[in-house]
Amino acid sequence: MKVALFATCLVDVFQTNVGKATVELLESLGCDVTFPKGQVCCGQPAYNSGYIRDAKEPMRHMIDTFLHEPCIVTPSGSCATMFKEYPRIFADEPIYAKKAQLVADKTYELTEFLVNVLKVTDVGASFPHRVTYHTSCHMTRLLGVKEEPYILLEHVKGLELVALPNAHNCCGFGGTFSVKMGTISEQMVDEKIDCALQTDADYLIASDGGCMMNINGRLHRRGDKLTTLHIAEVLTQHEGV
Amino acid sequence: MAIQFNEHHFNDNVEKNVHNDFMRGAVASAQDHLYTKRLDAVEELGDWEQWRNHAQEIRQHVLEHLDYYLHELAINVEKAGGHVYFAHDANEANAYIRDVVRQKNAKKIVKSKSMVTEEISLNDALEAEGCQVLETDLGEYILQLEGDKPSHIVAPSLHKNKDQIKEVFVEKLGYDEQNTSEAGELARYVREILRDEFLAADVGVTGCNFAVADSGSICLVTNEGNAGLVTTIPKTHIAVMGMERLVPSMEELEVLVTMLTRSAVGQKLSSYVNIVTGPKHAQEVDGPEDFHVVVLDNGRSSILGGDFEEVLQCIRCGACVNTCPVYRHIGGHSYNSIYSGPIGAVLTPLLAGYDDYKELPYASSLCGACTEVCPVKIPLHELLLKHRQVIVEEEGRAPVSESAMMKLFEFGASRSPLYRFGTKVAAKAIKPFAKDDMISKGPGPLKTWTNVRDFPAPKEQRLRDWFETRDKGGNV
Repeated sequence: MKVALFATCLVDVFQTNVGKATVELLESLGCDVTFPKGQVCCGQPAYNSGYIRDAKEPMRHMIDTFLHEPCIVTPSGSCATMFKEYPRIFADEPIYAKKAQLVADKTYELTEFLVNVLKVTDVGASFPHRVTYHTSCHMTRLLGVKEEPYILLEHVKGLELVALPNAHNCCGFGGTFSVKMGTISEQMVDEKIDCALQTDADYLIASDGGCMMNINGRLHRRGDKLTTLHIAEVLTQHEGV
Repeated sequence: MAIQFNEHHFNDNVEKNVHNDFMRGAVASAQDHLYTKRLDAVEELGDWEQWRNHAQEIRQHVLEHLDYYLHELAINVEKAGGHVYFAHDANEANAYIRDVVRQKNAKKIVKSKSMVTEEISLNDALEAEGCQVLETDLGEYILQLEGDKPSHIVAPSLHKNKDQIKEVFVEKLGYDEQNTSEAGELARYVREILRDEFLAADVGVTGCNFAVADSGSICLVTNEGNAGLVTTIPKTHIAVMGMERLVPSMEELEVLVTMLTRSAVGQKLSSYVNIVTGPKHAQEVDGPEDFHVVVLDNGRSSILGGDFEEVLQCIRCGACVNTCPVYRHIGGHSYNSIYSGPIGAVLTPLLAGYDDYKELPYASSLCGACTEVCPVKIPLHELLLKHRQVIVEEEGRAPVSESAMMKLFEFGASRSPLYRFGTKVAAKAIKPFAKDDMISKGPGPLKTWTNVRDFPAPKEQRLRDWFETRDKGGNV
């Protein structure tokens, strides 16, 4: 199956390991992965800050870049959600509205793609560690992908999954919110980290680069011993059990 | 401005309130408690999404035909022997109520909890007339003793814990310091004080959870029963309602009251639901001799028909407030509006303008928790985003540095060669600031990020470069 990787800008520049793991995972499951070079940012930073007009240019560019791909997969619930919003954003531009719908319809967040399209629940990974999972807001609430990451993690050999207390609360990233409302964001990420530390897990797993950059950056600042991993990085582990 | 209660800027309030450990403890424990209670109540009802759809339809139908139902309500209130007054703004509403109070030569006024009377500062207006105004909802009573303001639309004194409340009683009411701070005992103590006040009151003022158009009734939902006394003992009852707070008939009322109590406090039904129709009739044993309904516009009609109309679907349950992770840490007073939390952040700038409230739409990570719990399906986080768009694109109030950065973003991110070049250059530019792959003191726009957390150093090789050069080779 031919899959176009929508890497997201965070993964392209900062979290290349997540991108590599995503490619490796998809290829191990028989996908033919391509990287459309024209891809840029999905426009979310500008869009969520109220700069809708400014956000539309990169969005048009992304629509044109991915329009003829048979299937689009991204290791980010939030960026997948942005693609799904495109038809609504271009509702008053008939041509782009149609193109946006075509793109949105074939876009999948990684775990959603694995479980619902490839119909895989056990990817053959093993990771004998105590972990907890952070549900990202856009992925669960807006994209509606809730169970898929848990289904995949449950099938990882040796993995002990501990529920994260108050998992429903946002980690405080929120794109430009994290800098515009730094004080509030700090309180939110601190509470998220405190909850994660309560679980005594060695790893905090997430499915979104933004949340990870926020949580990890704060963990590093506080000097806490907890490692963040993207779910793709866990699903490509083959540690002996 | 009556919606507003302090002179401070949002960011100053936040900086102050995040250090208020009492408040934060009280808010977090209330949120955690209500989270489970609400979920249980929702699950017990079953088919919650269908109920939400139904509730949304009812509210939207009313808003689409608001003129019709307000007219019907007015006719039926008058048919039942009551009076209706349509107030354009706070001044008109207060003037009308003041006139009624003057006519009755009333001195003592008891009130049940009402946000809309907070909105118009009715207490101040009546006290200026020389009246004694007493709040009889326990939470409001506590606030009134101290001259404090509500921090939550349903639980106005949510920011105080029971020990703080006991302290207020000791100081203001002479409550024995040796006595308990147990909630039931504190409530019993106040109940005794209030009983005499009810009996002596000349006028009762209430809000209105819902008005029923086809019967001309006013519905009041409480857990303390105080609204029942406010509407039956004094000789005059004045109900004040936001102009959008009505339903066509009892059938729709039943749906919305269910949604309200389950969403607000996780109850099947509140302890008391009072439905009042007109003054006391010949065959009735209690109730007021005179009944007035004041229908308040105060900016609502200009929201109607616009981009923000859905906010008028609100039934003031506070579920969005109870789930909001931002409210959780900053408390209601940070908003400097009687309407706090997500609903407050949407509604306040609409009613009171952007001058004092342009920060509120940004006080959200757009996590969508508010939208998810809203029983009438107001897309709250989308309306916050809409506000941001208005602030940036229509009002031109965004900071210049931010607009410039977004222009640069638009220019760079919409052209892939430039984007590729830009990510390479930016990565190289910030690399020298990194230590152990993390940046703890970022330059320029990164500084605000690194005030709180470290920033990752860009990787030597971008994913796209890796993809192109790896063994399998890139394509497209």
